[in-house]
Amino acid sequence: MSERVFMKGCEAIAEAATRAGCRFFAGYPITPQNEIPEYFARRMPEVGGTFVQAESEVASVNMLYGAASTGIRAMSSSSSTGISLYSEGISYSASARLPIVYVNVQRGGPGIGAIQPSQQDYMQATKASGNGGFRMIVLAPSTVQECVDMVYESFDLAERDHNPVLILTDGVVGTMMEPVVLPPMKSDEEIQKLRDAFKYRAIIGHPLGEAAYCRPGSVGSGQEQVNIEADKLYKTWDKDVRVEEYLTEDAEIIIAAYGISARICRAVIKQLRAQGYKIGMIRPIRVSPFPYEAFSNIDFDRVKGILNVEMSIPAQMRWDVDYAVQGRCPIRECLRSGGQLLTNEQVMKAAQEMIKEVL
Amino acid sequence: MERNLMIAGFGGQGVMTMGRMLATATSETTDLNVTFFPSYGSAMRGGTANCFVVISDEEIGSPVSYNLEDLIVMNGPSYRAFIDNLKPGGNLFVNSTIVTDEITRDDINVVKAPVTQMAIDMSNERALNVIMLGVYIGYTNAVPEEVMIKGIETNFKKKPDLIEPNIEAFKKGLEIGKAAK
Repeated sequence: MSERVFMKGCEAIAEAATRAGCRFFAGYPITPQNEIPEYFARRMPEVGGTFVQAESEVASVNMLYGAASTGIRAMSSSSSTGISLYSEGISYSASARLPIVYVNVQRGGPGIGAIQPSQQDYMQATKASGNGGFRMIVLAPSTVQECVDMVYESFDLAERDHNPVLILTDGVVGTMMEPVVLPPMKSDEEIQKLRDAFKYRAIIGHPLGEAAYCRPGSVGSGQEQVNIEADKLYKTWDKDVRVEEYLTEDAEIIIAAYGISARICRAVIKQLRAQGYKIGMIRPIRVSPFPYEAFSNIDFDRVKGILNVEMSIPAQMRWDVDYAVQGRCPIRECLRSGGQLLTNEQVMKAAQEMIKEVL
Repeated sequence: MERNLMIAGFGGQGVMTMGRMLATATSETTDLNVTFFPSYGSAMRGGTANCFVVISDEEIGSPVSYNLEDLIVMNGPSYRAFIDNLKPGGNLFVNSTIVTDEITRDDINVVKAPVTQMAIDMSNERALNVIMLGVYIGYTNAVPEEVMIKGIETNFKKKPDLIEPNIEAFKKGLEIGKAAK
């Protein structure tokens, strides 16, 4: 089981979902995530699941709503502008409290943008993936192995909370190949058991049991009750914060980065450490709930500055960092966007400038 | 130690396959960390296709580098587009059947191999990438040659009659690479 295989991020996402018991996938093509539906098209028939290439994003996302309502572990993926088209359906699934897993393999934006990688959907992913103020846990892998592990656990998180979950990755992690160790395949019995536990979620075709959150026709105060229950859930997410603090114990400069940017920064930090500079990184492993405490608890007598690194112009995660730091040290930015890749050299230059400025 | 390679050429020269074979073989038969990143646009016909392979005994940062140890160019436009991304002291591998440019940088090592012509001479036109892989491994020893031979066997396991000719092509390349050291 522990043998490593060499896989593309997108394919690893699809295989991990299959092993987690996902048996329904609907999607519509868009670069750079096409290998996910392609893989599912091949894989679902092998395990008795269903793959649908829908006629549009809107159709896909509503098929997911139906599938998840019957208790099937259901997933879809798209990229940036495609996810925008999903937003109405994502909001509906949050309202109905359906445990769907969505994947966004981000590309350049706004609009149709570019097919190359970016991290420009941070705000959309963490603050408002649709109307109505709902929230999701958002996992942000920075390696292909993390794609596997996060997708596998995302179905459990979705079902634990009766709430959709989003995997926020990008076109680098999605299209690169790396060695991975895959998790075990859930047995048909386990999958059936999970399905039975959730099958009364349908708003049509089943009697409305206690498990059903969406109460048809219950506009007004009924909807408010749904929102109050959702808010109670979101307030339990302090325990779900996941953050990596890399070489921060003695750091005088801290880099804030997630996903693909974080792995680039890690290499730069190693180089700068070798030159004697005390530099570290805070990496949100999940960008929602955001690890505010990791930033607000920084010892600002020691830490002289924060370098916020993202593949987004203007910066987006910086707003969350700012909110935690409250002006207690200078924050500088190192950014790319529109499908342009961040490079080691660019991060190195920005870090050296910050060293010159604050140390 | 980390080793960054970029392979660039026309679509159809087996550029992506070359990178993927090297990276897959490294992943499957060594304990090293390795990444493969394909880079192509939406309308690349007649343009350049390229990919990156990073091999390291440590955790790998970016799978893409513009400060390369090794650069393989399979055509002229790729040479002109990417030659400045090679580090001083880096290694340039040139498909000299097609790249006719004069190599002007004098701070790098240059290994020329007429791999397109060699593949035609071997009546195995599609093997130009495997020959170039041989040149690369012969010169750099980025991974042991046995790793790549095993990788070729794995890559062609569904077309077993292609294993021998490709190993032969790989060994032709190895000779050139070793002789250039």
